[in-house]
Amino acid sequence: MVLRGNILRQTGLTGLTNNIYSKKMTIPTMAEMLSEGKQPDILFWVGCAGSFDERAQKITRDICKILDHVGISFAVLGTEESCTGDPAKRAGNEFLFQMQAMANIQVLDGYQIKKIVTGCPHCFNTLKNEYPALGGNYDVIHHSQLIQQLIDEGKLKAEGGESFKGKKITFHDPCYLGRGNGVYEAPRRALEVLDAELVEMKRCRSNGLCCGAGGAQMFKEPEKGAKDINIERIEEALQTNPQVVAAACPFCMTMLRDGVKNFNKETEVSVLDIAEITARANGL
Amino acid sequence: MIGQIIFLLVTIAAIGLFTYNARKIVRNIKLGKPLDRSDRRADRWATMARVALGQSKMVVRPVPGILHILVYAGFVIINIEVLEIAIDGLFGTHRIFSFLGGFYGFLIGAFEWLALAVWISCAVFLIRRNIVKVKRFWAREMTSWPRSDANYILFAEILLMSAFLLMNSADHKLQLEGATHYLKAGAFPVSSWLSPLLPSSESSLVLLERICWWFHIVGIFAFLNYLPYSKHFHIILAFPNTYFSKLNPKGEFDDMQSVTNEVKAMLDPSFTPVTSAEPVRFGAKDATDLTWKNLMDAYTCTECGRCTSVCPANITGKLLSPRKIMMDTRDRITEIGKNIDKHGKDHRDGKALLDDYILREEIWACTTCNACTDACPVNIDPLNIIVELRRYAVMEESQAAASLNSMFGNIENNGAPWKYSPADRLNWANQ
Repeated sequence: MVLRGNILRQTGLTGLTNNIYSKKMTIPTMAEMLSEGKQPDILFWVGCAGSFDERAQKITRDICKILDHVGISFAVLGTEESCTGDPAKRAGNEFLFQMQAMANIQVLDGYQIKKIVTGCPHCFNTLKNEYPALGGNYDVIHHSQLIQQLIDEGKLKAEGGESFKGKKITFHDPCYLGRGNGVYEAPRRALEVLDAELVEMKRCRSNGLCCGAGGAQMFKEPEKGAKDINIERIEEALQTNPQVVAAACPFCMTMLRDGVKNFNKETEVSVLDIAEITARANGL
Repeated sequence: MIGQIIFLLVTIAAIGLFTYNARKIVRNIKLGKPLDRSDRRADRWATMARVALGQSKMVVRPVPGILHILVYAGFVIINIEVLEIAIDGLFGTHRIFSFLGGFYGFLIGAFEWLALAVWISCAVFLIRRNIVKVKRFWAREMTSWPRSDANYILFAEILLMSAFLLMNSADHKLQLEGATHYLKAGAFPVSSWLSPLLPSSESSLVLLERICWWFHIVGIFAFLNYLPYSKHFHIILAFPNTYFSKLNPKGEFDDMQSVTNEVKAMLDPSFTPVTSAEPVRFGAKDATDLTWKNLMDAYTCTECGRCTSVCPANITGKLLSPRKIMMDTRDRITEIGKNIDKHGKDHRDGKALLDDYILREEIWACTTCNACTDACPVNIDPLNIIVELRRYAVMEESQAAASLNSMFGNIENNGAPWKYSPADRLNWANQ
């Protein structure tokens, strides 16, 4: 089995897709904004996977396209962003977590950040729930919540792009979005507007099965067992005969794609993030 | 008169022994580290009302959930009858509450229907455990004692309900025959079915009624005193345990103030932390390193295995079972308690929760997905114990898998769990 840490090797498919970045977009950093004397409405916390993992980078760009499309002024931290410390904390390294957290809080407070949208449920959970105890208080939302909000406000629709009408889509609840923070409806709302056929897996919402990546499992070999968790999960997803398995977490993305590959279903079943689906449906 | 004295002595002995054993459990729970759960009292009462009293998480699985509600309701409500039995026993009266008249009839009738429901539910539970062999009752940690423990309780409840119904049946027959001392009171919708099976002579009926009466009440006292030795202690601890539930989002792990002090001192040399006299241990190696809430969780666990049956690690054949984490924690703190009783407060037996009970392979199989904490009908948190053990392994021993250590190194040096240069962090924007 391929070492989990080497996600680049597993997910290096970006180059094969069509060039969808024809519309060049500038991504402002907080430093640039500050030098122009501007303050964005929201900070987009990209996260490590979103920054470095090729598959997740695509999702990152799609989140930017959505923000750009609806005209929200946003910025990223760029090279000033650093790991939230989530995997360190889950693995028991509280020292490292707090070092990361305090350094990040210094940067965030330096830019007087109030509102943050993340591209990852783990960053979302850590920034939202675990930074306040260390003095970092921000209004943090996950990108699926932002999409839901934009849909509810009528600023975002599903038009002008790829049609998902009638397509079978099943949504995999990320643990740190669903059980961890009780966000079940937001990602589903993003799918409902597609006029697609939403099918739930047997284990969904608060009963959803983990993809196997959480708790720093992403960065280690699984312990001895009968099978890998992502295989168990993808078997369940495939039972719904989906055309799309929807994800909302870069780690789930890796695990689910590995699972689909394991069953040689890459051509029939695509694993797409909520942001990618939204961007595609709007032709962004 | 002799009966009354015996009853009084049995009652005092039963309550005394129970108090003695229950206090030991309280003492053991207090061996845990402090944790403040005195906030948000309204939310806490509401959680207890919903989860413990209202059994809201039990009915997620409707069949055992509804059967459990029947047993629970039966247990709680039939205890009103036990109050009458106790008064009758002490004062030599018979059916002291019968002055309630029609309402008394309604009560006794309702108790009988409940007793029948409890009887049937317990029988179904026994079938589920021993004949259908529901998977979660036969997992690796369900060795002979935990399985027997459950069966003893179910048998005991069936016997108690049988005695209650048989007692009523004999009483009813005696009432109809106009026996002295057996005043006409109550309604017997269920026990009257047993009437054809009973002897006809008055003396036999009186004997039967008295045997069942004594068996029922002594049985209840025995049951009460079995509780502290059994997983069945949950009938008491479910209430405080849900009251003291973690109310923060499940995804939020607790903040380690002891680490904050060290980190602040590292970042700012002028920072002087409030030092405690005792050297702090980061994380947990033994059960006494856990908080009192972790230990209360352990004594509250009734080994239903709902946590384990939803655990992704366990489902895919890994060694981890959240239920075993709780059982191990309880067994270890009980062992520590026994050592204190035998050898005094400072005795060390050289054993620890980590390694002697819970293996590293178990704690490192956890995905921290919170399926276990979500599934637990009494809000037990096995995940917190797993993380505490990890904290000890990582921060005190530096014992983590090499791949995790390199992840730590990458975060420390590159600000990302992978080996990428922080300077490349924005490269995605230029592609």
